[in-house]
Amino acid sequence: MVGMTRFDKNPTGGAANAVEVRGLVKHYGETKALDGVDLDVREGTVLGVLGPNGAGKTTLVRCLSTLVQPDAGTAVVAGYDVVKQPRQLRRTIGLTGQYASVDEKLAGWENLYMIGRLLDLSRKDARRRADELLERFSLTEAAKKPVMQYSGGMRRRLDLAASMIGQPAVLYLDEPTTGLDPRTRNEVWDEVKRMVGEGVTVLLTTQYMEEAEQLASELTVIDRGRVIAGGKVDELKAKVGGRTLEVRPTDPALLPAMARALREAGLDGIAGSKVDAGEGLLYVPILSDEQLTAVVGLLGARGFGIAHIGTHLPSLDEVFLAITGEKTSDAAAGTVESAADHQREEVAA
Amino acid sequence: MSAATVTPAATGQTPAPAPVKAHGGEGRIGLRANLRHIGALARRNTLQIKQDPQSMFDVLLMPIVFTLLFVFVFGGAVAGNGKQDEYVSYLVPGLMAMMGLNVSMAVGTGINEDFQKGVMDRFRTMPIARSSVLIAKIVVEVGRMMVAFAILLAVGFVLGMSVDTSPLHVLGAVGLSLLFGASLMWIFILIGLSVKTAQAVQGMAMLVLMPLQFGSSIFTPPSTMPGWLRTFTDYNPLSSLADAARGLFIGGPVARDVWMVLAWAAAITLVTAPLAISKFRKKT
Repeated sequence: MVGMTRFDKNPTGGAANAVEVRGLVKHYGETKALDGVDLDVREGTVLGVLGPNGAGKTTLVRCLSTLVQPDAGTAVVAGYDVVKQPRQLRRTIGLTGQYASVDEKLAGWENLYMIGRLLDLSRKDARRRADELLERFSLTEAAKKPVMQYSGGMRRRLDLAASMIGQPAVLYLDEPTTGLDPRTRNEVWDEVKRMVGEGVTVLLTTQYMEEAEQLASELTVIDRGRVIAGGKVDELKAKVGGRTLEVRPTDPALLPAMARALREAGLDGIAGSKVDAGEGLLYVPILSDEQLTAVVGLLGARGFGIAHIGTHLPSLDEVFLAITGEKTSDAAAGTVESAADHQREEVAA
Repeated sequence: MSAATVTPAATGQTPAPAPVKAHGGEGRIGLRANLRHIGALARRNTLQIKQDPQSMFDVLLMPIVFTLLFVFVFGGAVAGNGKQDEYVSYLVPGLMAMMGLNVSMAVGTGINEDFQKGVMDRFRTMPIARSSVLIAKIVVEVGRMMVAFAILLAVGFVLGMSVDTSPLHVLGAVGLSLLFGASLMWIFILIGLSVKTAQAVQGMAMLVLMPLQFGSSIFTPPSTMPGWLRTFTDYNPLSSLADAARGLFIGGPVARDVWMVLAWAAAITLVTAPLAISKFRKKT
């Protein structure tokens, strides 16, 4: 394994952990859905749990939300033990699953009101909270319509609203945008970001690298019920691959000359720089700060006009492939069937 | 580096509880809260009916169709030509037992369908007693059963059913039938939680229902049945319920049958309710 340490080395740095999982195991017959998972989510942050279908993400969330009893290991959420204090724990969590967990036959407002009452709000408070949340999630117009007439995105928003009624300290989002179109997905992301801004701790499972990148500050990569990598999103990316410098000259005609200058100076790395004439960009692989300084210095010294300059880290797709690719070579034959993680198309009414 | 690496944070203290809303630290749910939860969930079940009025067809039509069918198709043969009036008075009190059975069967399919949807996950991650979901369902289904009984009795009266006792006795018979029907619901909830699909619930239930319904004193007096069958009908709780209800409508000794029904209802509930609730808790 690429010598990655889990999270930062400083035990006192940052807030307390809102979620602490140690050696969590859940087997379904021969299938090891969770095979000793450790992870932490610091209070007020988003941990992305990234993994392919069948990696154990949903089982993890179901264990942490008291729906499934783990076979071994411990999990403490908001100070409460998942196995020993399930009732207290349920007061502090919210769950939005892959499948909208609202009642389709009920109107949106009725769903929220019901949940308010189940959370011991008075009739008046439950009404007020339902109105508030519908407003906030832009569902006021659809308040009286049964949920089965909602589009996929509206359902997911209602689901998020439902999870927020009890003002949970910890929110689990289990593949919150699976099956949604890109526009709706962005809506859901915006809502999640807003909730995080309000101090909610989030454990997010996803198979979309982009989603983890958008929402999570730290990342745990799981595969076949085991954690195979973890760390800050940026750290993880930096460790797996170097940065890429992108330069946009004032005149795209300068691109070949710039590339040549770098090659002659031996500053374009092992792979060499790439010219994207269509975008008007030059990409230079960067392995060290010294190289970066030298490249920028050289381009400046040669008098190339530069309109834009920046570095970007490799995408999480590349990160995940780098890690799992390595992992699969020595993994045992017993793969977790991905049929267990079924996907369902959301049908917009 | 293995996945089992202990993270730095594990070495120290347990985490401070995240800010939790002002609830008592204890997880126990008080009686009042429990009743409020059941109320909120019963409201949900009622709203579902409003949204899907077709789901009331069974309780609205079954009493009419079955009563007409049995009175006019079999009535003459059972009670003698032209004596349908007498047969109505025999049949209708007992039909409550049959209606109760059929309505309670619907609870099983309903619970099963609920589980196919994500909403059950939400209920089960909320700080409510898990039994309250089931109890709310039963409360609403008992309401549906009352509608069915009301229609059944109305049809009975239209067809000339006679009551020789008092309205209080009739209410007693209705109450007894409701109680027994409610106890049956636990069985069907248990079945609904145990099998994969709603269709399987129905298939399995039919297998049990047909012999129970017809091998009873609901439709005909067991005196014409062969001995082995009569033994079955004698022990069939539906016979006890039908006989008790009939006795309460037209008079006669009922104490033994009433006690039998109460005993059956208590026994069924005591055995199947804890099983169903525990199954509900553990279901993943």
